[in-house]
Amino acid sequence: MAKPIEEITWQEIELGGVITEPGNASCYHTGTWRSQRPRYIEERCIRCWRCFVMCPDAAIHPDYDNNVFVWNYTYCKGCGICSYECPVDAIAVEEEGE
Amino acid sequence: MDRKVGIEVSIAAAEAAALCDVDVVAAYPITPQTHVVEHLSELVASGELGAEFVPVESEHSAMSVCCGSAATGARTFTATASQGLALMAEIVFIASSMRLPMVMFLSNRALSSPLSIWNDHSDVMMVRDCGWIQIFCENGQDVYDSTFHAFRVSEDPEVSLPVMINVDGFILTHVVEPIEFWTKDMVRKYLPPFQPAYSLHPDKVVTMGAFGMPEIFTEQKRAHEQALRDSMPIILKAWDELAQITGRKYSPVELYRTEGADTLILAMGSICETASLAVDNMREDGKKVGLVRLRLWRPFPVDELRKALAGAKDVVVLDRAVTPGGGNAPVTSEIRSVMYHEPEKPRIHCMIAGLGGRDVGPDDISRMVEMALIDKTFDYHMYGVRG
Repeated sequence: MAKPIEEITWQEIELGGVITEPGNASCYHTGTWRSQRPRYIEERCIRCWRCFVMCPDAAIHPDYDNNVFVWNYTYCKGCGICSYECPVDAIAVEEEGE
Repeated sequence: MDRKVGIEVSIAAAEAAALCDVDVVAAYPITPQTHVVEHLSELVASGELGAEFVPVESEHSAMSVCCGSAATGARTFTATASQGLALMAEIVFIASSMRLPMVMFLSNRALSSPLSIWNDHSDVMMVRDCGWIQIFCENGQDVYDSTFHAFRVSEDPEVSLPVMINVDGFILTHVVEPIEFWTKDMVRKYLPPFQPAYSLHPDKVVTMGAFGMPEIFTEQKRAHEQALRDSMPIILKAWDELAQITGRKYSPVELYRTEGADTLILAMGSICETASLAVDNMREDGKKVGLVRLRLWRPFPVDELRKALAGAKDVVVLDRAVTPGGGNAPVTSEIRSVMYHEPEKPRIHCMIAGLGGRDVGPDDISRMVEMALIDKTFDYHMYGVRG
């Protein structure tokens, strides 16, 4: 986004709030909401990809080089869906530190 | 100028929309619907009009289809009334907030209950704050001309807002009136092709109707509100050009025999014709009474109204809707609001009349004026109610 949302004036709003820059939702960092943090337990993971599919923020990505999943904490809002869905308890949920 | 024909006003409005070469008509064809979309469906079925007619499953869907249609850059039209408007209300607000040009013919009818299909303004007042341009028509010619004007204003890139044409149910929608038709050539000169600022097209991807965080919501509301206010000069210009083509001049506030008037009647819609007869009668009796006809309800013509009402001692507002438990009826409230800071302001009396199709004749209007002037302490009156 050309300008942070909190600096846009009413005169600068696009007609009807149209968004001309596709994918600008990524400018919004939902990770700031997080009060709980998923922790990946690599040795338990069976690579079923269920967490990847279920994550509502597309914050879980495969790391092919290391054959693991990694969390993008800029967008992971700590909802815990990945942990809930994991069939082998390979994702723990912990309190977010200060 | 083409021909003058005797025609039902709803059918004439449909003919006007067809003459505008509308691309998409979406409507739900059941009571309280009028003949407007029925006739348009006939024109599409017979091949006379090359439009897409979408017979949706509800009014909510009718307005949703209109939003989608306008978003692709198609010239869009719909018609509804009372309960139908109530059902589509959610999307009515979305259409204007998303700045989607379209024209809606609203047959003004009472909202239930009791169940009614007759005329008053309770339906439009329900969506008073929907952010559309809202025009009230007095007669059939007015309705016909307003259709061209509405498309012209709505699709103007400076405006890009939906326009609602208010037409009194039955009193106007179902009567046969002599109407002077436009030619295709007149429409071509008056109404340029619709070129939206943004449209849904894979070559230029945009997102419409996105989420608005608290950080941006107020700014978007302000932009919409300002756009509605700023539409005024374009509305006026389009009326000026319409006058050049047709010889008929429309204005936001129209005056009838107001010279030297102490008392002004203020009204909207078809009741104004009746009120003009009442004014004639009262003038004959030597009473200094005139009529102020409010054609443009949104954007509210504040300056024009202040000018029109300046110098009057009393203004009798004929309101066609009730604001239950409110400060006053909707039109009266707004008139009082714009006059509040004026150094010399008239007394503004509220007369609620003609609810749910109750007939209001010229004598009723004369009586309302008398009642308002006699009882200065009581200025909120539901005229003609028994008991």
